[in-house]
Amino acid sequence: MIGITAYGGYIPRYRLSRMVIVQNMAWYFPVIMAVAGGEKSVANWDEDAISMAVAAAYDCMALKDRKNLDGVYLASTTMPFADRLNAGIVAAALNAPEEGAMNADFSACLKAGTTASIAALQAIESGRKNSVLVAASDQRKTKMATMYDMFLGDGAAALLFGRDDVLAEFKGSYSVNCDFIDHYKGYGKEFDYTWEERWVRDEGYGKIIPEAISGFLKQSGMSIGDIAKVVYPCYFGGTHKDIAKKLGIDPARVQNNLHNVCGDTGTAHPLVMFVAALEDAQPGDKILLAGFGQGCDVLCFEATDKIKAFKAPAGIKGSLAGRVELTNYQKYIKFRDLIVADLGIRGEANPNTSLTALWRNRKMVLGFVGAKCTKCGTVQFPPLPMCVKPECNTAGEFEDYEFANKPGNIQVFTGDMLAPSVDPPAVYGIVTFEGGGKAFVDFTDCDLNQVKVGMPIKMSFRRRNVDEMRGFTGYFWKAVPQVQG
Amino acid sequence: MATGIRDKVAIIGMGCTKFGERWNDGPEELMVEAFQECIADAGIEKNEIQAAWMGTCFDEVNVGKSALSASIALRLPNIAVTRVENFCASGTEAFRGAVYAVASGACDIALAIGVEKLKDIGYGGLPEFSAAVGTTNALWFPNLTAPGGFALLASGYSAKYGVDIQDVKKAMAHISAKSHANGAKNPKAHLRRPVTEEQVLNSPMIAFPLGLFDCCGVSDGSACAIVTTPEIAKSLGKTDIVSVKALQLALSNGTEISYDDWDGAHFVTTTRASTAAYKEAGITNPREEISMMEVHDCFSITEFVTMEDLHISERGTAAKDIMDGFYDLDGKIPCQPDGGLKCFGHPIGASGLRMLYEMYNQLLGKAGERQIKDPKLGLTHNLGGFPMMNVCSIAIVGRYEA
Repeated sequence: MIGITAYGGYIPRYRLSRMVIVQNMAWYFPVIMAVAGGEKSVANWDEDAISMAVAAAYDCMALKDRKNLDGVYLASTTMPFADRLNAGIVAAALNAPEEGAMNADFSACLKAGTTASIAALQAIESGRKNSVLVAASDQRKTKMATMYDMFLGDGAAALLFGRDDVLAEFKGSYSVNCDFIDHYKGYGKEFDYTWEERWVRDEGYGKIIPEAISGFLKQSGMSIGDIAKVVYPCYFGGTHKDIAKKLGIDPARVQNNLHNVCGDTGTAHPLVMFVAALEDAQPGDKILLAGFGQGCDVLCFEATDKIKAFKAPAGIKGSLAGRVELTNYQKYIKFRDLIVADLGIRGEANPNTSLTALWRNRKMVLGFVGAKCTKCGTVQFPPLPMCVKPECNTAGEFEDYEFANKPGNIQVFTGDMLAPSVDPPAVYGIVTFEGGGKAFVDFTDCDLNQVKVGMPIKMSFRRRNVDEMRGFTGYFWKAVPQVQG
Repeated sequence: MATGIRDKVAIIGMGCTKFGERWNDGPEELMVEAFQECIADAGIEKNEIQAAWMGTCFDEVNVGKSALSASIALRLPNIAVTRVENFCASGTEAFRGAVYAVASGACDIALAIGVEKLKDIGYGGLPEFSAAVGTTNALWFPNLTAPGGFALLASGYSAKYGVDIQDVKKAMAHISAKSHANGAKNPKAHLRRPVTEEQVLNSPMIAFPLGLFDCCGVSDGSACAIVTTPEIAKSLGKTDIVSVKALQLALSNGTEISYDDWDGAHFVTTTRASTAAYKEAGITNPREEISMMEVHDCFSITEFVTMEDLHISERGTAAKDIMDGFYDLDGKIPCQPDGGLKCFGHPIGASGLRMLYEMYNQLLGKAGERQIKDPKLGLTHNLGGFPMMNVCSIAIVGRYEA
C-alpha cells in the first residue's frame, strides 16, 4: 500500500481582519467592501515560503525519522531563489540526508503542490523511493487595496508519502493541463497580474475543476457519492459552492475553503485544506484533492485505520487556533515591504554572506545542529573543535546533536530599540534546552511585554537577513516564546 | 616562578584629552593633544621613548589598521609601535604592552596611547558591528547591539536573586545619577549635567530595561601614559611615584554562551581577573583596601553586577551597597570619581588609559574638586564584548613603596 504516512501544517500566527484593510483602503477602491468578512493569515516579517515550508515539514515529521527521507519536494510560486534549490534549503533545515536524496522544486503554477504530490507518489509506486516529503508553501505579496489583498493569506502544508504505516491510501490521480491564465507573474516581477474576475470564476475555476473531477471519476469508475470529502481551492465563495452543485456534491462533503479564517494560501492551499480534511477523516473515508492552475490535478485517497492514531503537533487546526490579531495595518504593509520606513544608517549594514563559510557550517546554520561530546556527553552550540565543558575540552570527538526540535526556556532576554529591525524592538536572548545546551538567538512571534525569564520556547526556522543588493536570503533558527493562555 | 608586575613599573606621565563630540578634531589631533600633556608631565624628550603601544578598536572607521596612525601623528622616531585591539580593553591592553616591555627590561621608557574617533559615522551609538563578529558568527548571531547585549544581565540578575526588575532599575538609576554628579565636577568629561534618579528612570527605553541614561556617552578622545622603572623614575627626579600593582586580563572561553552553568547574572571573566589582580597586588580584602575605582560602566547594569564580580559587594547585595552610597564620591569606595564611561565618555581605545589617568591624578592629589582623601590603591576595570562573550582587563595602581 502506498499513500500518506504523515501530514502537517503551518498557518502563521498573525491574522488580519479584512475589515482592517477596508477601514484603511476602501477610500481608494471601495469594491473591497464586498468581501470585508473574515480574516486572513499574515506571515511575520521574517517568514517566507521556505521558512513556512520548514515549519509545516517539522510538524509533519514530528513522529518520523527524517533520516529516512529519500527526497524533499517544495511547491511554491514565491520561492526566494530563482537559482538555488529552494527544496534543498528545506531539506537542510530538516537535517535530511544528502547522500542518495533527490530534492526538487515544483513551481510556476498554483497546482504545483498537487503535481509534486503526484510525482512523489509515482516515484514511490515505481519502487525507486520509499519516503518523499512534499511541502507546499506560499507567501504572496499583493498590491494594496486589491481583491488579491483581500483574498490571499499565507501558509504551508506538508505531506509525507511512503509505503509503511499509511494513513490514507493513494487511489489514483487524473490531470487536466491547459494554458488558462487567470493570473501570471512575469520573470522578476513583484506582483501577480490578474484578469477579469468574472472570466476567472466562470471559465476557470467553475469549469476546469469540475472537468478534472469528472475526468477522475470516469477514469476510476467511482461516483461522486463514494467520496466523503472533496477538497478544491476557490477563493470566490459563490463559485466554490457552484462547483459542488455542478458535480452533485453534498454541501456537507465539500471541504471549507478557509476563506474566513486564513484566506487562499496559493500553492499551499489545496494541501492546507486537505490536511484540515485529514484531521477530521474517518477510516474508510475517500477524499478527493484537487489543485487548480493552468489546469487541474485530482488525487484520491482513502483513509485507513491508522488515521485515528495520527496527530500532527500543530496541524492546520492547531495553527489556526494559535492566532494573534494584527490590528495595525501599517505594520502589515511594512512586513510586506510595501512602504518605505527608515532603518537609519545603522540599518544599511549589509555584510556579504560567505558561501564557503555557509557550506562548511550548513548543518549548524540551516539544521541547527550542535555537537554532543562523545567523551563527556555535553551537548553544545555552536559546535566548535573542542568540548566546552571545562573539565573535558576534548578535541574532535563529537556526534551531531539536533536542537531544532528541542523545547527550551528563556534564560535572559532583552528588547532592543537600537538594533535595526522591521518590527522593533528586536527581542533576543539566551535559551536553555531540555536535555542540555543553550543558544544565544533572536526571538520572534512575540510581544516583549509578555516575555519572561523561564518562559518555554520552541525553535522556528526564520529568515535572518535579506541582502537586497545581491539577492541573497539568509536563514537561521529563532526562539518563539510560548505565551500560555 | 612568576612574581607578577607589582611595583616593577612606574607611571611617570599621563595625558588625556577632553572627551566628547570633537567634531573638528580627527584621531591625529586627539592623540597629539593627549601626548603633549603626557610628555610634559613626564618631563622627558620624545626620543627617549623606545617603544610604543597603541590601543584602538574600530578600524572600520577611526584610524585604519596598524599603528602607523600613532607613529605618524606623534612623529615618533621610527621606533616599534604596535597596535592592539581587544574590544573595550584595548586601552588597558596597550598599557599592558608598554608595562610588560619595561618590566622585561627590553626597554627603559615606553608609551601607551589609546584613541577612538567614533563621531565620524553619522549616527548615535557605537558603529554597527555585524561584520566584526567573524565570518562564521555572522551567519547566525542575533541582531544585537551593545545596550541589548548588556541588558540581558538585568533579566538574568533579577531572576537569579528574585529581585524585582524595578528595584534593579532603581539601583541602576542611582549608579547613573552618581556618575553624572561626579562628571559635573570634571572639566574634561563629555557629559557634565547632573541628573536625578527620577530622570534616569524616566528616560526613553533603549534596550529593555536600559533607558537612555543607563547608557554611557559615545565620545571621541585619547589618553596616554609613559612608563618606566621606579629606579629610572627616581633618577628623573620623580618623588611622588605611582606604580603598577597588578595588571590582569581574562577572556571568555565560550562557557557562558555554550555551557549550562553560567547564570546570566555575572561576568565570569571579571570574577577571575579581579581575584588574580588582588593576588598580584597583595590585596587580601579588597572591600577594605581598595581606595577608589574606575570600572567599565558602559551601561549602568554592567557597573551594578561588576561590584559583585570584583568581590567588593557580596553576591546578591550590590543593590544595597549602591543605594547606601557605598560607591558614591563620599562613600567608602568611590566608583567613577571622574564620571566614568557614563559621563566622561567612552572612546573605546582610550577608555582604559582614561581610567588610569583619573587614578593617577587622584593618587597624586591632582583631582581638584573630585579629590578623594588620601587614596592608596586605585582599581580600573574594562569589559569588552558582551556578557556572554567578553574580554576583561583589570589594573591596580598605587603609591610606590606604599
